[in-house]
Order: sequence, then C-alpha cells, then structure tokens
Amino acid sequence: MVNTKVNLSGLELSNPIIPASGTFGYGYEFAELYDINILGSFSFKGTTLEPRFGNPTPRIAETPSGMINAVGLQNPGIDKVISEELPKLKKCFNKKVVANISGFCIDEYVECCRKIDKEEQVGIIEVNISCPNVHGGGMALGTSPEMAAAVTKAVKEVTTKPVYMKLTPNVTDIASIAKACEEAGADGISLTNTFLGMRIDLRSKKPVLANKFGGFSGPAILPQALRLVYLVYEAVDIPIIGMGGVSTAEDVIEMMLAGATAVQVGAANLVDPYVCRDIIEALPAVMEKYGIKDLNDIIGGAH
Amino acid sequence: MKQVIFRVLSNEKIAKDVYKMKLQGDCEGVACGQFVNLKLQNYYLRRPISVCEVEGDVLTIIYKVVGRGTEVMSRMQEGEDVDTLTVLGNGYDTSKSGDAPLLIGGGVGVPPMYQLAKDLKAEGKAVTVILGFNKAEEVFYEEEFKALGAEVYVATVDGSVGEKGFVTDVMKNLDSYTYIYTCGPEPMLKAVYNESKTSGQFSFEERMGCGFGACMGCSCKTKYGNKRICKDGPVLEKEEIIW
Repeated sequence: MVNTKVNLSGLELSNPIIPASGTFGYGYEFAELYDINILGSFSFKGTTLEPRFGNPTPRIAETPSGMINAVGLQNPGIDKVISEELPKLKKCFNKKVVANISGFCIDEYVECCRKIDKEEQVGIIEVNISCPNVHGGGMALGTSPEMAAAVTKAVKEVTTKPVYMKLTPNVTDIASIAKACEEAGADGISLTNTFLGMRIDLRSKKPVLANKFGGFSGPAILPQALRLVYLVYEAVDIPIIGMGGVSTAEDVIEMMLAGATAVQVGAANLVDPYVCRDIIEALPAVMEKYGIKDLNDIIGGAH
Repeated sequence: MKQVIFRVLSNEKIAKDVYKMKLQGDCEGVACGQFVNLKLQNYYLRRPISVCEVEGDVLTIIYKVVGRGTEVMSRMQEGEDVDTLTVLGNGYDTSKSGDAPLLIGGGVGVPPMYQLAKDLKAEGKAVTVILGFNKAEEVFYEEEFKALGAEVYVATVDGSVGEKGFVTDVMKNLDSYTYIYTCGPEPMLKAVYNESKTSGQFSFEERMGCGFGACMGCSCKTKYGNKRICKDGPVLEKEEIIW
C-alpha cells in the first residue's frame, strides 16, 4: 500500500490531483462521466465580482503539443456562483473545492473573497493574479512583487480560508513574486498559469484568436512549468500547487519532485475528459515502480 | 457524452476536398444535428465533425479538408481505430417542424441535413431540401437526398449545377414550408435567417477546445443568455440568435 494523501494548509486531499480552473467548469460535465469524488479537489472556473462574457471568438487554437486560449474569464459572477453553481456542485462533489477568484482591481478581489469566504464548500481560495487574457487587472497585478503582495495582503484580511496566489510565468523573476506573496501572508502558491502565445492563420494572414494573443498550455509547457515550480520551491516555505502540461501520473511525480505538494491538471481535461481519473488510478502503480511509498516523501525531492 | 473507439470502415473522396468516412462502433444515443470529436495522432485538440448518418452501429461523417487535421483524416485507412467523444451537442428538434419542413445545407453544412431528412421522412413529413455549393465539382449527396423521397434543389454560385446563385435564391420561390432547418457558413445562415418566412433552427460552427462544455472556448451571446456552441448548441432557435 502506498500513501497518496497530501495536505494543503490543513486541507487533507486523498490524492494530489486537482483539475485546474477553466478546464473543468463547475464539474458537472465530468460528473456525467465518472464519480468526481475520487479527485483530491478541483478548482472551479475563474470567478469575478460581475458576470463576464469574456473575449470574442475564436478563443481557441491548436499548437504543437498544446493549445492557446483567450476565453477571458467568462463566468456568471460571484453571486450567481454562490447561489446557483455551488448548490448544484454539492450534488455531485462532496469534498471541498478550490475557489478560483479573479479581478481587475484589489477591491474586486477583496469583495469576491469576502463573499466566498462564507461558503463551507470552499477549502482553499486560489487568487488568480495571472490571467493573460484580460486587459487591466488579471496578469498585470501578478507581474510585480509589490502588486502581488498588495493583493495578497488585502484578501488575507477578509478571509479565514487558506489563500493560494496563482502566479503567471510571464515575468522575469517569478521567485521574487512568490516570495513577496509569502511575506504578505499567502498560505500557498499556485503555478503556473499559461504562457503568452499566438498563432497566425495562413489563409487570412491574421492572428487566429480574436484577442490576438492567448495563454499557451498543454504538454509542451511541462518542462517550463517544472523549472518555475523548482525555482519557487527554493524561494518559499509555503506549499505549492504545481501545474503546467501535466497529463500522466509520471508527470505528477515529476511535478512533486520539483516541489509541488499537489498538482493541477489543465488542458489535458479538454482533450481527454477521463484523464484525471486515469491519473489517479495509475498513480499507485507508478509510485511502486519508482519505489515511492509516500508522496509526501518526494515533495521537492529533486533539490 | 461518451467515449467510443470507432473503427474506420471506409474513407472515400466524394467531391473536391470532401471525404466521407464510415465508422463502426457504439452509436447509441447519437442524434441528428449532433457532432463527434475525433482524436487524431500527433494533434492535440480533437476535431469536431457533424454527424451525417447513423445506422445501427455505423456512423457516417462527411468532412472537408481545410487544414492539417482534416488532411490527416483524409489519409486514414480502413481498419484504423479512432478515439472519439460522441453524443455531443443538442441536435435538431424534429417536433417543431410542422408538416413540410425546409432543410437548407451549404457546403459541409449539408451532411447534418441528411440524418435530419431521414428522421423527418420517418415521421411522415414532406421534406424539401436546398443544397448550396460554389461549383459542380463540390456538389455531393444530391442523389442520396432524392433517394429519401425529399424534394431536392441544388444551387451553385457559378450556375454549373442546378440554379445559379445562393440557397436564398431558391428559397425566394418557395412559400409553403412550415419550418426551416439549416447548417452552413455563417454568411449563408444570416442570409437564410433574413429570407426565412417561418421559425427555424440554425446550426453554428465555432473553434472548440473541449467540445463538451467545459472550457467556454466556443461561447456566443443569444437573446436567451450566453450559450456554449458545443453543449447548448450547435443548434440555436431562430428567435434567440443575435447576429
């Protein structure tokens, strides 16, 4: 018997697998396919104070071994998420969820966190200061240590739940931003959001995405994400949720060796809706193959 | 939605850049107007393709080679397995058709009209079909629709087959239809919308991420609120469409 249980700031997960925000909706589509209670947790679609339609379409394009998206935080707004989505979700998921919160200014993050803090279903608040597809706020707040710290400090004041700051890779020195979040009181760090990228249509000779640029994800970014998790692990003492290109149980172990306590699976859910189930089922055998009895023993093991 | 490994029974060219593929596997629950999402070797995102026909355990799709993914599909051989997500999208609702529905397909918007026409004929309705293409070498399925007992009109932009002009040029001369169903390029859908004298259902196309409602990649605004083309569509009611 191997141990797959991990602990994120007091929240015990039966395994480290968490579908990443924006790739799992509010869970229902996947609950039709398998019992999603096998998941460690899941991070719901990025939520803002007001409802948002997001960017014009096309919002999606393929890349070699991955994809780019510029959805632009489409969501029904925090009040509807609390009044409609969470009760619906409760029927198919009895564990605690990760609430992914986004915003355009500090006050908006604060207001969202204040509202979601009362929800018993929420185990962790993941504060997205890294959305590459919105103008103003989003990623802008995650590209300087000072701004990242200011958001962290402000949301920590209004919530009792663990706060994980979700970082963008589109910066020069991610470790300094992670460190600033830790010093401002963050309970953990979530990384990495998508890398900025684009595709150009050969027929129209114009960008494929209506937004021109989008966030690049998928297996292609795994090595880049591993490096960033590795760097952040050396910079902070708080837990890390690692993500970026993870699609197999082997990738999960690699991400944990880099320094992650739990691991999010993103783009892979869109291509193979059973991927998280398959990873969870494969994990014990893969652990045994590599002589791992307890996942907690390998967190940061590559350092 | 479900995942099915289909086996390729045949894959043949039926018009310029247009191929017909027959797939064998579990087709239970697949309805007209829905689509399937195929995983291709060496390509990350799946390819959403509309359902042309379902008969027992054989699913027929017709697709046009427009990029590298569909080019790979065109080279697939009999006996190959295809990882497919199926029973995707809402499909057409035949209960609203009235006695004499008009079906309008343009280019690769023609295939979904076929299973729909079959279903409507089976319900005893008088089906009229307008098929629109650019030119003769692109025309397909005219005989197949006729064989179903439908009244078939073909329009080509250059006049090389059937009426010269657009599907709407044929529509103008028809006035006894009770409802319309349509699928095709967006400019055609809009022209059909403006020309139509009745209510109807319009099938839309969009670049998709997942194809099953998770990623919000293919959202559109409607009078009934935001919808996902892949999950709440691809078929929208005429009354809800915002152009």
